[in-house]
Amino acid sequence: MIKLEKVSKSFHNIPAVKAVSFEVKEGENLILLGTSGCGKTTTLKMINRLIAPDHGTITVNGKDIEQENPELLRRGIGYVMQNNGLFPHYTVGENIAIVPQLLKWDRKKTLDRTKALMAKLHLSDEYINLFPHELSGGQQQRVGLARALVADPAVLLMDEPFGALDNVTRASIRKEFKALEELKRKTIVMVTHDIQEAFELADRICLMDKGEIIQIGTPKSLLYQPASDFVVKFMESERRSLEFRVTTLNDLWHHLPVKNSANATVVNSDLSVWDALNCFRSVGQEIAFSTDEIQEQKSLNINDLTVAFNHYHMQYLHE
Amino acid sequence: MSGESDKLLNQTFQHLGLTFISLFLAVAIGLPLGIFIARKRKLSGSVLAVAGVLQTIPSIALLGFMIPILGIGAKPAIVALLIYALLPIIRNTYTGIVGISTEVKEAAIAMGMSKMQVLFKVELPLAMPVILAGVRTATVINVGVATLASYIAAGGLGEFIFGGISLNNTNMILAGAIPAALLAIILDAILAAIQKMNVKKFRKTLYIFPILFLVLGGFYLLPKAYGSSLTAGFTPEFMGRQDGDLGLKSVYGLKIHTIVISDAVMYQAAYEKELDIISGYSTDGRLKAFKLTILKDDKGIFPPYYAAPIIREASLKKFPELEGVLNLLAGKITDSIMTDLNYRTDYLHQTPERVAKDFLIGCGLYKSAKGGKKSVIRIGSKIFGEQYILAEMYRMLILGNTDYEVATKTGLGGTKICFDALMNDQIDFYPEYTGTGLLVLLKPDPKVSKKMAHDRDSTYQYVSRQFSQKFNIKWLKPIGFNNSYALMMRQKQSKDLDVNSITTLQQYLDKN
Repeated sequence: MIKLEKVSKSFHNIPAVKAVSFEVKEGENLILLGTSGCGKTTTLKMINRLIAPDHGTITVNGKDIEQENPELLRRGIGYVMQNNGLFPHYTVGENIAIVPQLLKWDRKKTLDRTKALMAKLHLSDEYINLFPHELSGGQQQRVGLARALVADPAVLLMDEPFGALDNVTRASIRKEFKALEELKRKTIVMVTHDIQEAFELADRICLMDKGEIIQIGTPKSLLYQPASDFVVKFMESERRSLEFRVTTLNDLWHHLPVKNSANATVVNSDLSVWDALNCFRSVGQEIAFSTDEIQEQKSLNINDLTVAFNHYHMQYLHE
Repeated sequence: MSGESDKLLNQTFQHLGLTFISLFLAVAIGLPLGIFIARKRKLSGSVLAVAGVLQTIPSIALLGFMIPILGIGAKPAIVALLIYALLPIIRNTYTGIVGISTEVKEAAIAMGMSKMQVLFKVELPLAMPVILAGVRTATVINVGVATLASYIAAGGLGEFIFGGISLNNTNMILAGAIPAALLAIILDAILAAIQKMNVKKFRKTLYIFPILFLVLGGFYLLPKAYGSSLTAGFTPEFMGRQDGDLGLKSVYGLKIHTIVISDAVMYQAAYEKELDIISGYSTDGRLKAFKLTILKDDKGIFPPYYAAPIIREASLKKFPELEGVLNLLAGKITDSIMTDLNYRTDYLHQTPERVAKDFLIGCGLYKSAKGGKKSVIRIGSKIFGEQYILAEMYRMLILGNTDYEVATKTGLGGTKICFDALMNDQIDFYPEYTGTGLLVLLKPDPKVSKKMAHDRDSTYQYVSRQFSQKFNIKWLKPIGFNNSYALMMRQKQSKDLDVNSITTLQQYLDKN
């Protein structure tokens, strides 16, 4: 869907992106991860031609973007920014309707789509005539997302979309984001410096440093098959919680004792260990799940979970 | 009285017209220029610097520069006002656009807006409060500077203000100044209200502006009272005087298309054929320089204006030797000598000091300064060449013949300012003219003034007596020359049209 080939960019003779190549498949969520100044945002902005590359080619949907009219290209690519970039002189409704207006949709179609999208993003109808500064940061960010999604673009570019939010709001919006049906079909390239966020949302992560790609792969492969010491060091401080995030209950099935108690809360087997840990509200509490293959249920408490995870982990490392 | 209120209304409209035509043009030029330098920031420094320098040119000087290029009247005034309005508009447009958050601009581009769409949908609306603040500043500046437009015959409320200053008529000054101040305050308040309006409502209001500016600007183009084949340029002072335009109308029945203009540019405008008739002074050096001729006042409406120093009686007691020294000049300077002296300063650009010294040496009155350090005598003068020369002569005579020191306060703008300075003990004496003393400062019953207006001695005696009684001010002996009002036209035109007196002028106008 999106393909970069040996793309480079320098600013004032200082290279920002050096011969970067990668491909994003349709419906995939690729996250560009790295510290500030690693070139991830520059890479992102070259995809919708906000920045012109010095060398290399970028194709979107098989077409070289250089050959396309930049305005038409951008109208077909959703863009979400860190500080939302909402127009302060437009109401929420008008902000969301910017692209439909450029595409000359009729008024009713625009309004229907705006309202539908606002409902999906948990924005109440009455906000439609408010101005951005009258909303909270989290609400503004949702409006920014709605604006990017309104014309149903196949590709979505997101530049630190949750970066300006406080931790609590951030976690809840991230959760909604993950659950949003509208996003499941989209090809998404997202930039973040937050490792947890990357591991939570990515299909694949592209780890960058000093303008180069260090490693590109699934979260699990970054964690367990690091390409270099840099990758190991990059994740070191948060390693344990990342392991919790990439491991699902399914992975632990064989390491859990056979036990079935009647008053356990039933959860999904796709749940990560991290999320499962969050389910336990008290030490004595139990949860239960079943795997897809076998119609059998196992229940576990917090102790069972940690023991099983440690077994699984030891085994994984030795494989 | 209704004539005066018509005049006030007319001048207010002219004033509004001048302000808004120039404002409209300034926005038409300044806004695109501001947008341009916001795009090419490297140019912003130099463009703003040039606009800033233009802003610092003194307004009267700027109007003066315009005359050789654009002549007199509305054109140069509008250009000058436009130049003053430019800086705030360019600067605020630039600041407004540059100040928009980069994120909002980036979002606009990323949504797929074209450059024009970004400009009109995002940049201009967001910069509008700042741009409007600039327009507001420019409007207030223009209302103020437009008062000076009357100097170059562009009309406006300045006609009353400067007329009032020269005529010692406070009511007339206020008749111009109060409407001008009110205009500034009202326009500022209206623009402030618009500036504070909700941006959203405002988007539609925006289009009203250019239309409003044009309509207000159109006031200026209201038809003028009547036309005639010749054009006269009279000073604001002349316009309001019985021995000026009023007398021309009532005694001669002169009907001529008249514009109001400053005497600083009047002669040149006549020379350059912008004007045909002007109200000059009979001893003015530019009469000679610009090849003008005086039309004979055959019905005698211009009273004699013999010059003599007028001095506070308190100062005469304080400086007992002074009277004798000042009278050294009495009867020494005739009309033709004064015209020649004026010609040297006005046209040959010799300094008043040099002209004064040459003259004093020529008639054996010059003595080098004694360098005394007694007390200081303060000499005043009005703001034209002849008075500077006289002030210099008196300075040299006092320094050469007494032990007093001298401070000159020259260039006091007009009779009223000069006379007030004398009354308030800011100066000790200055040269005044009998006619001015009679008609401007004393303002006697018209019958009284009519009786003696044309006789040199009775006028002198009357003002001497009255000044002494009323103001404790003494008229010393007349210097000799008579600097009266006179109508002038180009020598060549006078010959071509066979017009050599005001009566023949009036007959010519009636025929054509």
